[in-house]
Amino acid sequence: MNLQDYSVSRSSKAARIAAILTAFALLVLIAAPWWAGRADMRLMGELFLYLSLATLWNLMAGYAGLVSVGQQAYVGFGGYMLFALTMFGGLPPVAAIAVAGVLGALISIPVAVLIFRLRGAYFAIGTWVIAEVFRLGFAQVSALGGGSGSSLPVAIVRSLASGRAMREALSYWLALGAAILMVTAVYLFLRSRQGLALTAIRDNELAAGSLGIDIWRTKFIVYVVTSAFTAMIGALIFLQKLRISPDAAFNVNDWTAFVIFIVVIGGIGTIEGPIIGTLVFFALRETLADLGTIYLIVLGVVAIVVMLKAPKGIWGLIRSRYDLQLFPLGYRVKHTAKSKET
Amino acid sequence: MEWLNAIVQGTLLGGLYALFAAGLSLIFGVMRLVNIAHGDLIVLAAYLGLTVTTATGMHPLVALVIVVPAMALIGYALQRGLLNQTLGDDILPPLLVTFGLSVIIQNGLLEAYSADPQDLDAGALETASLAVGGLTFGILPLLTFAIAIAVIWGLQWTFYHTALGRAFRAVSDNQDIAQLMGLNRRHIFGLAMALALGVTAIAGILLGIRTSFDPAIGGARLIFGFEAVIIGGLGNLWGTLAGGVILGVAQTIGAKIDPGWQLLAGHIAFLVILAVRPNGLFPRVSG
Repeated sequence: MNLQDYSVSRSSKAARIAAILTAFALLVLIAAPWWAGRADMRLMGELFLYLSLATLWNLMAGYAGLVSVGQQAYVGFGGYMLFALTMFGGLPPVAAIAVAGVLGALISIPVAVLIFRLRGAYFAIGTWVIAEVFRLGFAQVSALGGGSGSSLPVAIVRSLASGRAMREALSYWLALGAAILMVTAVYLFLRSRQGLALTAIRDNELAAGSLGIDIWRTKFIVYVVTSAFTAMIGALIFLQKLRISPDAAFNVNDWTAFVIFIVVIGGIGTIEGPIIGTLVFFALRETLADLGTIYLIVLGVVAIVVMLKAPKGIWGLIRSRYDLQLFPLGYRVKHTAKSKET
Repeated sequence: MEWLNAIVQGTLLGGLYALFAAGLSLIFGVMRLVNIAHGDLIVLAAYLGLTVTTATGMHPLVALVIVVPAMALIGYALQRGLLNQTLGDDILPPLLVTFGLSVIIQNGLLEAYSADPQDLDAGALETASLAVGGLTFGILPLLTFAIAIAVIWGLQWTFYHTALGRAFRAVSDNQDIAQLMGLNRRHIFGLAMALALGVTAIAGILLGIRTSFDPAIGGARLIFGFEAVIIGGLGNLWGTLAGGVILGVAQTIGAKIDPGWQLLAGHIAFLVILAVRPNGLFPRVSG
């Protein structure tokens, strides 16, 4: 037993294989406009946007302990900002998406100051109240169609790209790019010093505080950044839909319930969880969607059973069995090969 | 006079909101559980009332004799069978399980009763009114407010003057020691949920008589109840009544200014109170 025989590393063979496979899969996905049909591309685009929302919600709830049931506030806000900025501000859609993110961050600051006064579960319902305020507020803006909503003018849609095929490809790439950006950003953030602080807070808030971590500030930053990105995803979602109304934009089922189910089923508090959850959710949806309400009941039952029987979700089950980590966050001590001879 | 009328109507509406909130407040007080499905359970009670009244031809208020015990039974079963498993230090399981429950109830109701708005027919009671010095009081809102006061008084009395209330307070203070003293906390929690859903049944029936309802309205009822609890201060039942009244008055005054502002005015009143008095107006317990 010699200390030199051991090395500490973050990566593992599984993670390296996963990285290579992911890179290959990404190349295939980027090329989708050349091999996939129109309907498939729409579906995949939607999948990537859900993956982005789930990754963001997971960062907030799974790592920062901020369980929000009101993220539809920012999805809808981003969507409405896309419409307002392109229709009245004359911005090109892609620029409007970026500006929507900035505005989302700005509006989330006073919101956070207010609802951070609520603890735990009451925080959750407080976020819902905020989403309702946003919904009712935008329903009052008659320039954006009031309660019945409005459609994106054809000229703005045309400005995205000339041909229809090109527009659809661009919209798909934006969704794919958003998903890659979100997963990568969350992964890099969690590996950073701030991310370590966040993980410490998740594991034990009291201990983290006594080590000098500013808990309020760390959570605040996570909330604001998540809100900004969620607003950008919201803008992308409604760029795909081309039509917005208060009820669709601030829908608690579409933008929060489904996202929560994705994260819980996949595995909360892991980066892999939302990815697996999104795939499972879309597989369920595509096979059971004809059943209508029954499908939603099944989804609710599955989420409850997972929460009670396997609180770490599908990825948690896999990890407890095989000790896998495809996005390595922790460090592990390894016995180097040389020492085997001695 | 019109404004005074708005305030009076809002106050009476506040009675209904206090009934939405009382169950929520009770459950939180006893086991620190926030039930996201609370609003959907109110709507479920309204639909149970609909089934009972159409099947037997009973008056909706008489149907309470069946709906209240039925909801209490559902509450006990729900707590023992499902929610007790989620209680602990982590707030995530109860939150997500009740959220899943909310989706299940909502879509179950949609499957059973369709999305068409329904209404409980209370006959002459719905339109009867009383004129006092230029103001008109609807008999139903007056009755609702009186029931709210009676229910909150009853809950207070149960809490502070009965063995069951003592058990509630004991498990609320310290679950482990209460357990050592021979209380079965799982059973006590079941009884608390049964009592809370009994109150919810009353709220659901009164809601169904007052307005039409459909399976999707549960979320908004949860929010009204929640706002009443926070405005009044956690753990204070009379505060919850005051919170309901403030919310109701804010809504009717908002509606007076512009019909589109009714709900928004209520939410804004809530946010202002949260900004000024984060612990509510009459706080009793922290947490």
